[in-house]
Formats: sequence, C-alpha cells, structure tokens
Amino acid sequence: MGRKLLGAHTVLVYVFLYAPILVVVALAFNGGRQVLYWEGFSTRWFGEALRDDTITEPLKTSLIIALGNAVIACVLGTMLALALARMRAWVRVPLDALAYMTLVTPEIVFGISALIFFVQAGLWVGIESPLGIWTILIAHVVFNASVVALIVRARFVGMGQALEEASYDLGSGPLSTFRQVTLPRLAPAILAGGLLAFTFSFDDFITSYFVSGAGTTTLPLRIFSSLRFGVSPAINATAAMILGLTLLAIVVAYVVLRRSDDARRSAVLVHQV
Amino acid sequence: MAVAAPRAAESRRARRNARAGSGGPRYPGWLALPAVFWYLLFFLGPLAIMASYSFGELSGYADVKFVWNLENYRYLFDGTLYTDVFKRTFVMASIGTLATLAIGFPFAYYLARYAKHKTLLLLLVIVPFWTSFLIRTYSFLIILDPEFPVARALRPLGFPASYELLYTQKAIYIGVVYNYLPLMVLPLYAALERMDWSLVDAAQDLGDSAFRAFRRVTLPLVLPGVLAGSLLVFIPLTGEYLIPEILGGGKTLFAGNLIAQQFLEARDWPFGSAIAMVVIAALTIALLVYARAVGRQEQYG
Repeated sequence: MGRKLLGAHTVLVYVFLYAPILVVVALAFNGGRQVLYWEGFSTRWFGEALRDDTITEPLKTSLIIALGNAVIACVLGTMLALALARMRAWVRVPLDALAYMTLVTPEIVFGISALIFFVQAGLWVGIESPLGIWTILIAHVVFNASVVALIVRARFVGMGQALEEASYDLGSGPLSTFRQVTLPRLAPAILAGGLLAFTFSFDDFITSYFVSGAGTTTLPLRIFSSLRFGVSPAINATAAMILGLTLLAIVVAYVVLRRSDDARRSAVLVHQV
Repeated sequence: MAVAAPRAAESRRARRNARAGSGGPRYPGWLALPAVFWYLLFFLGPLAIMASYSFGELSGYADVKFVWNLENYRYLFDGTLYTDVFKRTFVMASIGTLATLAIGFPFAYYLARYAKHKTLLLLLVIVPFWTSFLIRTYSFLIILDPEFPVARALRPLGFPASYELLYTQKAIYIGVVYNYLPLMVLPLYAALERMDWSLVDAAQDLGDSAFRAFRRVTLPLVLPGVLAGSLLVFIPLTGEYLIPEILGGGKTLFAGNLIAQQFLEARDWPFGSAIAMVVIAALTIALLVYARAVGRQEQYG
C-alpha cells in the first residue's frame, strides 16, 4: 500500500473516532426540544440538566464513588506495586496473574459474581438489602487497584532503585525511605493512576448496573435508563459535561506523567490495560 | 507486552542482588496484603461462589438450592436455543476482532512508521478510549437515526439509498468496531513502534517485493502485537452487553445479554451463573491457545 493511501486511511480513522463524540457535544448546544432538529445555539440544556434532581443526585453519587474509589485504589495499588517490584518469582507471578485477571475478566462476569457475593454475604450477616453505594465502591476498587498498581509499578521499576538502596544504606527504615525518597518520585505515577481510576469508576456502567440495587443510581445508570425513551437534549448536555470532566482528567494525567520524563512508555503501558 | 522488558531487567537485577548478598526485597512483601485481601474477598471469592451457583438450582422466586449437579449445563447445551446464542457470540467476537484488526493495522502502521508527532497522535487514540463507553455507544443512536441531519441532507442526492441501520446487526457491528478499535490499535502500535525498519529496507534491497518483505519481515516481528490486540478485543466482546442492548435494541441476544437476562429478569441466578462459567471456560481456552502461540513464536521467531 502506498504511503499516501495509508495516510488517507489514518485521517479517516481519526474522523471516525471523533465524529460521534463531537456530534453528541454539538447537539448538546441545540436550543430545540428535539435532538435531531437544530434550532439555534443555546446552553439552556446544561442549565436544565443541572437543575434536574434526577441528574444531579446520580452525579453526586457517581462523584462520591469515583473519589472514594480513586483514594482506596491508590493506596492498595501503590502498596501492591512496591511489594511486587522485588518479590520472589513464585509469589510475584501468581499475584501478577491475579491482578491481570481482574482487568481481563469480562465485566459482566465480574458484575454478576459480585452481585451474588454481596447478596449472599448480606444473608450471612443479616443485612436484607446490602446493595448500594458501598457495594459499587467495593467492586470498583477491585479492578482500579490493579490499574494503579500497573502504572505505579512501571514507573517504580523504570526509575531504578539505587536511591532507595542508598537511603537504606544510610540507615533509613522503609517508612522514612518511602516518605523521603520513593513517594516524591512516584507521586506523578500515583496521581495519574488515581485520575485514571477516577474516570474508570465515574464512567463505569456494567459493574454498577449489577451491584447498585434498587435505591442507588449513578450517572451512567441514569443515562442508560433514559435511553429507553430515546436521546434527549438534556442527556446530551449531561454527556457533554461528563466528556469535559473526563478530558480534563486525561489532560492532567498526561501532563503529570509527561513531566515525569517517561511519558511515552507510561502512555503505552496504561493503554495495554 | 510492554512490561516484559522491564520485568526481565528487574529479575536480572534481583538475581544479581541475591548473588551479591545485598539482601532481598527492600519494600516488605506484606505491603501486598491489603490488595490481595481485596482480590481474594471481592474477586476470587465471588467467582468461586458463582461457580458453585452454577451447580445449584432455582428454588422459589430467587433463591438457590445447592444440588451439585450439571442440570444447568445440560439444559444449556440441550437443543439449539442457547447454543445458537454462543455461536452468534463467537461469530460476533471473531468478526469484531478481524474488523478492528483490518482497520487498525494500517492505521497503527502509518502512525509507527511515517507519522510525525507520534505521542500526540497516540494520545488522540487514547482519548476516545478513556471516555465513557456508554456515551460513545449511544452517540450512534443519533448518527444512525434516519433523521440525523447529515442523513437528511444527503437524502435528496439519493444517498444513502437505505438508512435502516439502527436496531440491526449492522448497527451492533458499527458500535463494536468503534468502541474496540483503540484497544486493538494500542498494542499494534507498541509492536510496530519497536520495529527496525532498516530490516525491511534490507529485504527489499536484496530483491524482495514490498509485499514479500512485509510478509517475511514485518509480519513475524509484529505478530505478538497482533495477537495481544486480538485478545484484548476478543475477550471483552464475548461478554459484551451494552452495544447489543442499545444499538441492537435488545433484539439480538449474545452471551452477555443472556447472562444479564437471567440475573435481572428471569431471576434464575444458577442458570445465569452456568452461562457465565461457559464464557469463562471458552476464554480460558482462548488464552491457552494464545500462550501457546506466543511460546511458539518465541521459540522459532
């Protein structure tokens, strides 16, 4: 294939990747009541969406879960990454496999198994309806801890451990070595991992769908249920806001990782997830 | 794939340290415990309970009785009702994988070999992948609608002749390719980016045609990337739920939809668990085949 042909193909793929997203964002600014008939530019649907309790309440729920998930995933993932970096192979390999498993298991399988587990556990401890914000949070942490661990570990292994060794040789314990040497150098990777975990949780549909129970609704669940009645301008406005938030998180994560000098490798690594 | 190199370097370093006697892991292994606890309790535990559910039976409205037999599996493979769903899922996942490969390979090839500003262009592939799957999927409800402004504008020109895509298999495939393309492109790019293009030039200087050089030099070298990308697309597609639900209008059942149906509507959790177990079994086989292919590649490649 000629180089020009390949170039044209590449351009077309980018158009294909971005057109649908841009269509949603553009139509969010449609002043009319109908999605598909343009009646002039307006931001009214953003206002309407933000005044609608059935959108803002799920938004709050989603933000709380995503934030809690990011914090817990960062703690668990970073600890795991530090431990894995220098473990003996017979412990490391199965743990590695376990972490990867949480990422490659089809989400629907994980979602229903978590549902069964929470309901059964509820029966055992005597909680009649255990499903809600907590179960969503717990389930999200499972795969997001792996995401953080993967990113932090790539950075930790990549940067070499000579400074850590020097710190130990100079008499620091693990805790003060971590605080004074490792943490400052890992901070960009932890932050990037946390932002990624935040977005993954904020955007998650399948897992939340199964473990949310009757009384709890996240924003993606809210959007999904309204799709039964077709797309509405308010939903497009909500989607545009979500896209904006996600984009912001990506840009911050990217800038942070890039400044920490091994951006390209991290970017490739992250996206092997 | 990309983690393999640092990991190898790391184990070399660990061995060297062990020989030098400079003493084991610097950060204690127990740091892994909280995450391991989380995985065991909330991931492996639930999978084990799900497995045992698949040998149980429905009792009453939504309760389960553990009878420990294979009834659910027998029922699943009895007749063609459910085996057709599995076949359809396999076909969809295979076509989806091949389609993303066909579109993604030339794209990744161009990025890796010819493009300037590679990091930025790669980031532009990643951005859609990071944005909400749900939003990306429902955007096609708008685009494939016959009343979509572009479709309306083109209609007087007699193009497209038929715009009845929404809620058909075609719409599902469009959604599949769209959502999974970045997942295919990233490992392909990672493999192509490591390519030493002077090898291709050398082959052509020595008289290979461009096609022959591609087949004999490029392809074997990027095959691991092709396999990794295919796996990353194929695996989640076997459990795909959202795309058929939204773009197929819930009319075409795949394994993922069947599982969801058993859990949310029929409330037959044991039977739903059995379907999920079959999906897991199929994926395990796919992973073993992959591991063998990669192993063979490393052996002879």
